[in-house]
Amino acid sequence: MALQSPAEIRALIANHKRWDIVFGVIGIVCLAICLMTFVTLFVDMLIDGYARLRPEFFTEFPSRRAGQAGILSAWIGTTMVMIVTAAVAVPLGVAAGIYLEEYAPGNWMTDVIEINISNLAGVPSIVYGLLALGLFVYQFGLGQSVATAGLTLALLILPVVIVATRESIRAIPGAIREAAYALGATKWQVVQGHILPYSTGGILTGVIIGMARAIGETAPIITVGALTFIAFLPPSPVTTEPPFLSFEWLMSPFTVMPIQIFNWTSRPDPAFQANAAAAGFILVFMTLAMNGLAIWLRYRIRRNIKW
Amino acid sequence: MADPKPALESLPLKAHAAGLNFHYGDFQALKNIDMPIYDKRVTALIGPSGCGKSTFLRCFNRMHDLYPGNRYEGEIRLHPDNVNLLDRAVDPIEVRMRLSMVFQKPNPFPKSIFENVAYGLRVRGINQRAVLEEKVEEALRSAALWNEAKDRLHEQAFNLSGGQQQRMCIARALATEPEILLFDEPTSALDPIATASIEELIAELKEKVTILIVTHNMQQAARVSDFTAYMYIGELIEYGWTDDIFIKPKHEQTEAYITGRFG
Repeated sequence: MALQSPAEIRALIANHKRWDIVFGVIGIVCLAICLMTFVTLFVDMLIDGYARLRPEFFTEFPSRRAGQAGILSAWIGTTMVMIVTAAVAVPLGVAAGIYLEEYAPGNWMTDVIEINISNLAGVPSIVYGLLALGLFVYQFGLGQSVATAGLTLALLILPVVIVATRESIRAIPGAIREAAYALGATKWQVVQGHILPYSTGGILTGVIIGMARAIGETAPIITVGALTFIAFLPPSPVTTEPPFLSFEWLMSPFTVMPIQIFNWTSRPDPAFQANAAAAGFILVFMTLAMNGLAIWLRYRIRRNIKW
Repeated sequence: MADPKPALESLPLKAHAAGLNFHYGDFQALKNIDMPIYDKRVTALIGPSGCGKSTFLRCFNRMHDLYPGNRYEGEIRLHPDNVNLLDRAVDPIEVRMRLSMVFQKPNPFPKSIFENVAYGLRVRGINQRAVLEEKVEEALRSAALWNEAKDRLHEQAFNLSGGQQQRMCIARALATEPEILLFDEPTSALDPIATASIEELIAELKEKVTILIVTHNMQQAARVSDFTAYMYIGELIEYGWTDDIFIKPKHEQTEAYITGRFG
């Protein structure tokens, strides 16, 4: 006595499986649309800018003659701004994430802070630019400098770093935490010996994803007043005289890759469009390289962590 | 059992719970528990799920302090210095340094075997290589893992089998020379062979340390323990020599539980 005969069951399964196929096809189409858009843009930029992708492009300052213009000041500016951003956002964001996960009491204040961190992630970047203009440029008198831009972008990616930190901390099983506490560890010993080392992979991924977002940000950087045409480099951070380190570069005017691209695309001379395409290609490549690094680091670190 | 059991009054005490109530928020999980823990004996806590046996065990090393909304009343006195482990003035970290715990599932840190076992010592600021090596070896020998682990001390602990991982967790708990070793269903995630080796180990360890073990397995309680406590919905129903509890329980409910008619 059976509810359905084998033949009926087979027909039923075939009917049900049709939806697997339908969904699979829809998924592939969606994926293909995304991928095609990206690849088309990437390849288009490569074709337009290919002629300009020469070593001199990286070592020349911008110029009024498109054929001689390069991105030296832009890529160095971007690198310096990113260093400041990381140096500020990583310790602040990681500390905030650890505090919220491990130390904060579970009361309404904590809830309010949590909700606002999610809100901060959704604030348009131009608003951060306005805040930075008032706070860093005028109030703190940092001017239109590398430091201002770095701090602005640090604010922008802070929520990303905090959320990534919290999520990778939450992925640590409670049993591991309990094992450490049961041996008489203090909170800080648990954080230092366990929470931080085991969440480093996730935190790094979050940091790099945040940085990849920051590297392409244009609006807040323009708002704080980055220059679009810079034919000099910030002072070198390394000097020949003791103490061999200089922080003058922090206060230097600067430009960054997206602003350089923006500047070139707004020129009427079509020769500059090739420069913009080449610089755009390099910027996308930098972002991809950072994401690749994130994946590799996560793989390296998580290889030794299992529970 | 032919040999007469010593009078309970003559046995040295290691700890004594008195008037112990425990609340998870509004829920009272333990009700007025009075229970002596005898020195260098194995005491088993048995009872159906939700009876509060793990909750009781976790009072001893103040694990409940890790989570908000938990409240203790009453006391657990640790002998010989007669300190009340549940006293608010007593730092839970101090308590956890004196009592060690082995958990339900093996919970190795994602570190080497050596670093796992040495962790409790490192927490105490012991970092000299020679001392750590000596203590780690001693602890691994006590946990009957030395022969299997001595050539792979610097391998990741999760490469060990489940039973080996649990013995490593026992070594980790022993390395700090605890006064009481708390076991929270230590074999529930293990196969019968690994379980047998852990039980054997418990029998050896009671020479050195007082053991409190929560188990859902009544045969295990009968095999490893000297004393057994039967708990039900937060209350201690019956407590005594293990063979008395298993052969001639005083309460009908205890009998129902150990004979499998209930639970």
